[in-house]
Amino acid sequence: MAINADTRQAEHLESGRAAAYDLPDASGHFGPYGGLFVPETLMHPLEELRLAYERCKADPDFQAEMDADLRDYVGRPSPLYHAERWSRELGGAQIYLKREDLNHTGAHKVNNTIGQALLAKRMGKTRIIAETGAGQHGVASATVAARLGLECVVYMGEVDVARQEANVYRMRLLGARVVPVTSGSRTLKDALNEAMRDWVTNIDDTFYIIGTVAGPHPYPMMVRDFQTVIGREARAQMLERTGRLPDALVACVGGGSNAIGLFHPFIADTDVAIYGVEAGGAGIETGHHAAPLCAGRPGVLHGNRTYLMEDDNGQIIETHSISAGLDYPGVGPEHAWLKDSGRAQYVSITDDEALAAFHHLTRTEGIIPALESSHALAYAHKLAPTLRPDQSILVNLSGRGDKDMHTVARHDGLVL
Amino acid sequence: MSRIAQRFEQLKAQGRTALIPFVTAGDPGPATTVPLMHAMVEAGADIIELGVPFSDPMADGPVIQRATERALAQGVRLADVLEIVRAFRERDNETPVVLMGYLNPIEIMGYTAFAERANAAGVDGALIVDLPPEEGHELVTTLKAQGLDLVYLLAPTSTEDRIRRIGTVASGFVYYVSVKGVTGAANLDTADVAEHLARIRATVDLPVGVGFGIRDAETAARVAEVADAVIVGSAIVGRIEALVETPERIPETVGAFLAELRAAIDSVR
Ligand SMILES: Cc1ncc(COP(=O)(O)O)c(C=O)c1O
Repeated sequence: MAINADTRQAEHLESGRAAAYDLPDASGHFGPYGGLFVPETLMHPLEELRLAYERCKADPDFQAEMDADLRDYVGRPSPLYHAERWSRELGGAQIYLKREDLNHTGAHKVNNTIGQALLAKRMGKTRIIAETGAGQHGVASATVAARLGLECVVYMGEVDVARQEANVYRMRLLGARVVPVTSGSRTLKDALNEAMRDWVTNIDDTFYIIGTVAGPHPYPMMVRDFQTVIGREARAQMLERTGRLPDALVACVGGGSNAIGLFHPFIADTDVAIYGVEAGGAGIETGHHAAPLCAGRPGVLHGNRTYLMEDDNGQIIETHSISAGLDYPGVGPEHAWLKDSGRAQYVSITDDEALAAFHHLTRTEGIIPALESSHALAYAHKLAPTLRPDQSILVNLSGRGDKDMHTVARHDGLVL
Repeated sequence: MSRIAQRFEQLKAQGRTALIPFVTAGDPGPATTVPLMHAMVEAGADIIELGVPFSDPMADGPVIQRATERALAQGVRLADVLEIVRAFRERDNETPVVLMGYLNPIEIMGYTAFAERANAAGVDGALIVDLPPEEGHELVTTLKAQGLDLVYLLAPTSTEDRIRRIGTVASGFVYYVSVKGVTGAANLDTADVAEHLARIRATVDLPVGVGFGIRDAETAARVAEVADAVIVGSAIVGRIEALVETPERIPETVGAFLAELRAAIDSVR
């Protein structure tokens, strides 16, 4: 479903919508957040990237190519599924799932890699690099690189390489070189550092595909734009199916790309409540979590100012989550802004609650969700009974759980 | 006039090129750094760059990353680095000290608190790797109020426009990153450096230091032909790493290396 500029314009004219929201500003800021905090070597390349992106955004050929890829290669539009049995059991709001798990490669990540890889090709770059945590973004990058015949190198923390073996193998099958990162905490943040180091060294021929709405401007804006296909489709699907907008949106937040992709087209719909769900790990009170919006404070990391998990000396601290894709100490700057402005609320779900939701959806609806998405499901599980049956909750089912079989089995005392 | 500006004036009058060693503060332990700084001055260092450990050093290569990890493991934080400078100043009130690091520790301390405490400790300037001029306005102003210089980087990818803009906000000196890459990169091309420096000098009215990729007397001498300052980091930090088991030997060993560099640099003028 390619929603063109005209329908988007028409949506803005609907009643009940607040004034148009137009962030980031020209220098990449969402209020005090975002911006461009990178070494000088990257400043001009980032400006070139911004200009190239703006050209493509305004180019109907680029948009048409992307829409065709999203339709024929990714399988969009992704379905909207009414989880009737689960909703009935909870006895509250009707729960609708946006089925990003049905995309090619199994998660929302590919919406973004399709866009960035086409941009890389237009810019004449021959080599793609990416960072990955759960491996979903790495797989989605390796996939588009294979398809476009581009060299691909994926940086992945050594800890994540061990807990996401299946995805490491998938990336290798797709022809990517997976480089285990052994510095720092050996997880996603360190993979991002290493990818930045590669980029600064190979700036002439290399395109860095960042996997979430983090990094320096224009990445948080560009990745968001590529992911808003989720929210644009879901908004139209909800209107068509139920004749009204949902009462609440729920999505998990790692870096925040699947969440902003769902939220953004609803920001002006002030009657729609927005909930971003962070990884509560062993519980916020234990300090072992990955919930910077719930329990962190602002700082500067990876090219932007945002909420971070950090100590009193400004050192970034280690995060803990059962799901590798949420195990990140920062969060996209637009979420920091949405939090401060009060437009969105950010909550947390523990490892145990996420696991329970994982099993629950699997048994009730026959859908095995990713552990990341299970955080959103667990929050919907809490929220639904507080609403009436004629109300609805739209949950972003950001990915499928195939990659998490080993983690869940280990938790249940099994070795696969 | 700031201590940095004074130092460059003196050097210019003597027709000499500055030698600026970089070491990570508190590597391999906090007790090593002050004696090391004095030894470096004795061996011919004109300005000292002191790295402030940060958990996510995204512009550094493996050698400085490991130094950072060693210092962090010893509990060395921004406040401790300021204490190291204060202790250094007990015996040396002449040699400028520039802190080099990432923005976040300064954000958390607060710009004003940092500027005041740094000035009180005897720091002369700061070089914040992830703070381009676009985002640096507030910090520059705060540092200037305390008489501190904010040293900016220039890179092979800097356009004419950016060079001009940075020239107007930088103070002390500008630091030309000689290669596209992280600290410790090996592919320094002196002809290319000379060409870029000519471009920079055409618009920037400050001394120009060159760093990244200078690893021995020979590369130091070649860079000294075109630069106002030769900045050496990973080659020194690598020598420190080799001596982590016998830290008492670090000042002497690094001093001997700097003396070699000093002689090579002085031989070209
Ligand atoms: C299925 C899935 N959901 C969510 C995430 C978290 O990323 P983001 O917050 O950018 O959507 C990941 C990251 O790997 C993922 O694989």
